[in-house]
Amino acid sequence: MDYRDSPAEAEFRTRLRAWLVENDPGLPASSTDDAYWERQAEWHTALYDAGFFGLSWPSRFGGHDLPTVFDVILDEELAAAGAPPRPSLGYLVQGISTHGSEAIQDRFLPGLISGKERWCQGFSEPDAGSDLAALRTRATRDGDDWVIDGHKIWTSYSDVADWCLLLARTDPDVPKHKGISAFAISMDQPRIEQRPLKMINGITKEFGQVTFDGARVPAANMIGEPGEGWRVAMTIVSHEREPGELGYVARYAKTVRSLERTLRENPDAYRADQREAVAWSFVQAEMLRLHVCRRLSERLDGIDHGPGGSIDKLLMTWVEQSVGAASLSVSGPGAATSTDDEALKIYLYARAQSVMGGTSQIQKNIIASRILGLPTA
Amino acid sequence: MDTRDTPEQAELRRSARRLAGDLGPPNVLGLDDAERSARLAAAARAAGWAQLRDDDGSGHPIAGGVEAGIVAEALGAHLADVPFLGPLLTADLGRRARAEASAVVAGYGPSLEGPAVVPAPATTEPIFAIDAAGEDLTAAWVLTPAGEGFRLGRVALPPVEDEGHGTDLTRSVRVVPAGARVEPVAGDRLLTGDDLARWTALGLALTSADLVGIMRGVLDVTVTYAAQRKQYGVAVGSFQAVQHLLAEARCLMEGSASVAQHATWAADELAPGEARTAGRVAKAYCVRAARTVCETAVQVHGGIGNTWECMVHVYMRRALLSSAWLGDDGLQLLELQGERLGAG
Repeated sequence: MDYRDSPAEAEFRTRLRAWLVENDPGLPASSTDDAYWERQAEWHTALYDAGFFGLSWPSRFGGHDLPTVFDVILDEELAAAGAPPRPSLGYLVQGISTHGSEAIQDRFLPGLISGKERWCQGFSEPDAGSDLAALRTRATRDGDDWVIDGHKIWTSYSDVADWCLLLARTDPDVPKHKGISAFAISMDQPRIEQRPLKMINGITKEFGQVTFDGARVPAANMIGEPGEGWRVAMTIVSHEREPGELGYVARYAKTVRSLERTLRENPDAYRADQREAVAWSFVQAEMLRLHVCRRLSERLDGIDHGPGGSIDKLLMTWVEQSVGAASLSVSGPGAATSTDDEALKIYLYARAQSVMGGTSQIQKNIIASRILGLPTA
Repeated sequence: MDTRDTPEQAELRRSARRLAGDLGPPNVLGLDDAERSARLAAAARAAGWAQLRDDDGSGHPIAGGVEAGIVAEALGAHLADVPFLGPLLTADLGRRARAEASAVVAGYGPSLEGPAVVPAPATTEPIFAIDAAGEDLTAAWVLTPAGEGFRLGRVALPPVEDEGHGTDLTRSVRVVPAGARVEPVAGDRLLTGDDLARWTALGLALTSADLVGIMRGVLDVTVTYAAQRKQYGVAVGSFQAVQHLLAEARCLMEGSASVAQHATWAADELAPGEARTAGRVAKAYCVRAARTVCETAVQVHGGIGNTWECMVHVYMRRALLSSAWLGDDGLQLLELQGERLGAG
């Protein structure tokens, strides 16, 4: 058991730290703001071009074949530099590399990892949220293509995406989990329309809703076999639940540092409860950092956490919401009177964490049945 | 970085869990089974657990904080009623002070937040000796201010009386009333601030590891119970309201394991102040988590969880002592505020 950098890790950290000094993107570090989303692609490209993105992914797709623990270093240094977090794409990479054919992987992973092609994820629908398998978007075979009709929602980056990893029903005559297939569909076609969704904190550049009205996708772009879509989705959402995959540790640590600076600069201006809220958010953020160290180290054994991702997701949610609560507490009247207040945006943005990627209630169901082995009613 | 157990650590984890599981109290009545607890004490002695932080002959401890943490977690999980953290922390302090730690136990002030500091020839407050079972113990150590640091002093422990249980039914607490004479300890070395920071770091990490074990143990018992206990014709553990409580408790236990494990490593490997900060982070998190997990365990057990015969309160009681020992969440958060936010 050793939390210290190995020589190779230390060298990487030094190189990254030096690069970050020279390459401050000047972006808001928290993704709670439209300015961040507008320029997120530039940040992705800059990180990738400098060799600091896709660390644990295969080099033949543009990654670096490094052990997953290097992502911990990346997150720590991004947070320390006040830089934005790394783009959260790991779950799509995991989905495509676990289920996609060689041809699909060769075609799509390099562009996804380099950021040259941007992606969104077409899973949720207005009537298929927690009950994702109830999705109704239809894929109908027509020659060498599938024709897609349906409506997706909560689609992050749909406005800028070149590709969508889409779940659609290819067989309506089998049980709902078995009739779904996954596709890589081009967003650049006239029969797809996307509209932004304004979130509760006012940002408009993250979420979208997408309608498919006879859009086409070549049959060769199916990811996995027909009917494998549910398993593709489960691979993706289980990784979407892992903070180590998402890089959010950097985002939380950065906010905590900024809160600590605020209180240190003006110590007499804050009450004991505000000081305690900030100290507790430090403890929470440290917990998550160390939890990710442990989880990513376990991956050195090739351990796939499966339902364990639900534990990590709940821990991450509690951290984000503690940090949000501390921000709100420290801002006080600012958050209550100005809709542009940064703390207000952080607090409101944090509410989504207990919904996205499966609600906290769904995570608890998964933990109860698949980890604790409790009977179902 | 590689936070996995080494093969030796994994083996220690297996053997400590097996031993504590085999010889720990199987139920509340089993706490009074003197034959069993004698077997556990003999096995612990043979394994040398309480000696892990003794001097290896070169001034270093025999084993790391990580190894001690592995044992602490195993003993907490099985409510092992054998002295471990008390003598181990005493030995660690003795090694730092180059003082022989036989028949003696570290004494704490009335708040239990740190070692008892006595600036006078006699104590003015009671001294608490934690995890101090054994007729052979004759004295408690206190700290006496000396220049830039502290020297060890000793006060006599009153003889063990049949005083019943303390809060924790698995570990005893002995009290030296105020007014005890403080005798010097021969040949000891001055304890510096760094010595005490490291010792505190270790104590915070190991009490956190004990709490992780308690959470693991009480959750095992409670999940098993929820799967068996039937109401409305079905297991109560099939109800979402109950499942969600237990799922949250499991998450709290996992998060606690991550912070406590790091703190046990940090106690030896980071600079003294950083090691102590890691200990404070771990303790703050684990105390809050253990409180919730134990309360959940009582709740899920329902009426029976509120009876003396149910094992759950034994976990809760042990958690209360480990939480207070070297300071609870409130104290750790206050100290972290001082370190990170400046004066308030």
